[in-house]
Amino acid sequence: MIINGVTIDDTFAEAFGMRGTRVIITAQNLRWAYNAARAMTGFATSVIACGVEAGIERELTPEETPDGRPGVSILMFAMSSAVLIKQLETRMGQCVLTCPTAAAFSGIDEGYPEITKINLGKNLRFFGDGFQTSKVFNGKRYWRVPVMDGEFLTEESTGMIRSVGGGNFLILAESQPQALAACEAAIDAMSKVPNVIMPFPGGVVRSGSKVGSKYKALIASTNDAFCPTLKGITKTELSPEIESVMEIVIDGLTDPDIRVAMRAGIAAACELGAKNGIKRISAGNYGGKLGPYHFKLREIMA
Amino acid sequence: MSALTFTLKATLQQRVDLSPLTPDNLAGKSQADIAAIPLDSGREKLRVDSLFDIAGDDAADIVFNNANGKLDFIGNKLKTGRITVNGGAGSYLGLQMRGGHIVLNGNADAFVASGLAGGLIEVKGNVGDFLAAALPGDRKGMKGGIVLISGNAGERAGDQMRRGIILIEGNAGAYLASRMLAGTIGVLGSVGEYVGYGMRRGTLLLTQEPKLHATLQDCGTHTLPFLSLMFKSFRNLPSKFANINKNRVQRYSGDIANDGKGEILVFK
Repeated sequence: MIINGVTIDDTFAEAFGMRGTRVIITAQNLRWAYNAARAMTGFATSVIACGVEAGIERELTPEETPDGRPGVSILMFAMSSAVLIKQLETRMGQCVLTCPTAAAFSGIDEGYPEITKINLGKNLRFFGDGFQTSKVFNGKRYWRVPVMDGEFLTEESTGMIRSVGGGNFLILAESQPQALAACEAAIDAMSKVPNVIMPFPGGVVRSGSKVGSKYKALIASTNDAFCPTLKGITKTELSPEIESVMEIVIDGLTDPDIRVAMRAGIAAACELGAKNGIKRISAGNYGGKLGPYHFKLREIMA
Repeated sequence: MSALTFTLKATLQQRVDLSPLTPDNLAGKSQADIAAIPLDSGREKLRVDSLFDIAGDDAADIVFNNANGKLDFIGNKLKTGRITVNGGAGSYLGLQMRGGHIVLNGNADAFVASGLAGGLIEVKGNVGDFLAAALPGDRKGMKGGIVLISGNAGERAGDQMRRGIILIEGNAGAYLASRMLAGTIGVLGSVGEYVGYGMRRGTLLLTQEPKLHATLQDCGTHTLPFLSLMFKSFRNLPSKFANINKNRVQRYSGDIANDGKGEILVFK
């Protein structure tokens, strides 16, 4: 398969089951909603060392938020519910409770077959030292915690669902700037897709990994088959003209969400095409044995 | 299916307990069965058909026409369905109701919504004393649900109320929210003396500055974000509260003689 001169490899991205949740963060204005959201989704690129993968899904207008203020929605994914619950609580406590004027609300209440209620502000209320009060509106409990800027308002819980993490594709280009430009175009297109986040810096990861290492202590190491500087000395996947490879990783609430995002991203990268140095699109997998979700590139782009 | 309609035909000498006439109780019963249900009235038991003309067959939608203030316990322990009362109602309207919807086109007497735990009660008129209050001997009044009063409420509204929302478009009498445990009460009109007497927790929302007793303390003027959330949740209610969107209030806290975590918010 070739799109605009770009070869789509006959391969697939291998993804895993994760637990995912959405939180709506509002504030007096978008600037402070972003401040809280960026803090909350900071250091959350990969579950390998961050515990969760998190990112900002999209901006919300005042009409879309529970309290009528501007806000953003964030998505957060972890490999187990216990980790997600713990991370959500600590990040809420350090990043939203602390952020002036910010409030947090549930982002998943319905629309999925199995929704588990997990704590959002349920335990943060104890920061109120007995002065906290709760209010129930439309069957949902909210907590008001007195803080120095006024009141911290948070919903008691949000919804957690079974979701998918690790969807990905690789962009192989003739130069580093060209690979980056294609990634930027892909991320711009994918950030318009709902229910997904690209957790790495700017949505792009350059240090793709393989399983295992020559060092016994490491479980993963650099994906030398895709490292352009090792073309001559390793069992390379790269043809001579490839000088740079970048990867976009996608976590989504459901399998179809990831497919939509991958299609949008790959299409945007291919639009730049061979004349801009974009040569191939590939994907990362582990032979299909580790992850239950397989996203076949040619199927997605068909 | 048309609404199961009870039209009062008798002139009542005594008060009548209508607690058996709820959708949950009447579901699946024939009109003859319903007609034979005994209703307590003082020392007597009166057949339903001796008091009411019965028409219709949809027990999930009950209508009382020509009703008056001698009819007590309408919608008692209601769980589902709808009861419409045209005329008036006696005491204990919606007592310990758990769900469903009661609409009263007229006035009601004491203890409306006492022990209410869920559902919606709308009164297009005035209610007597002890709205949503605990019955003597009970430790909690209303425990959930929503009560909308388009007219005035008597004294002791919300006494020992534990949870839920009461929105009064008219005035409220003395001792509003006395011994309130939690929940929300809004009053658009005036309130009587000793508002929030012994109030423990909960929110009282007023449009006019009340006369406060000594153990309610001023906490200053604030813009509270939760009010936007609350008024947004009122948007679809058939009440004047549906059109309010203010969050600037004077906050009084109390009753500090009784824990003091309650609040009286007065619009600025």
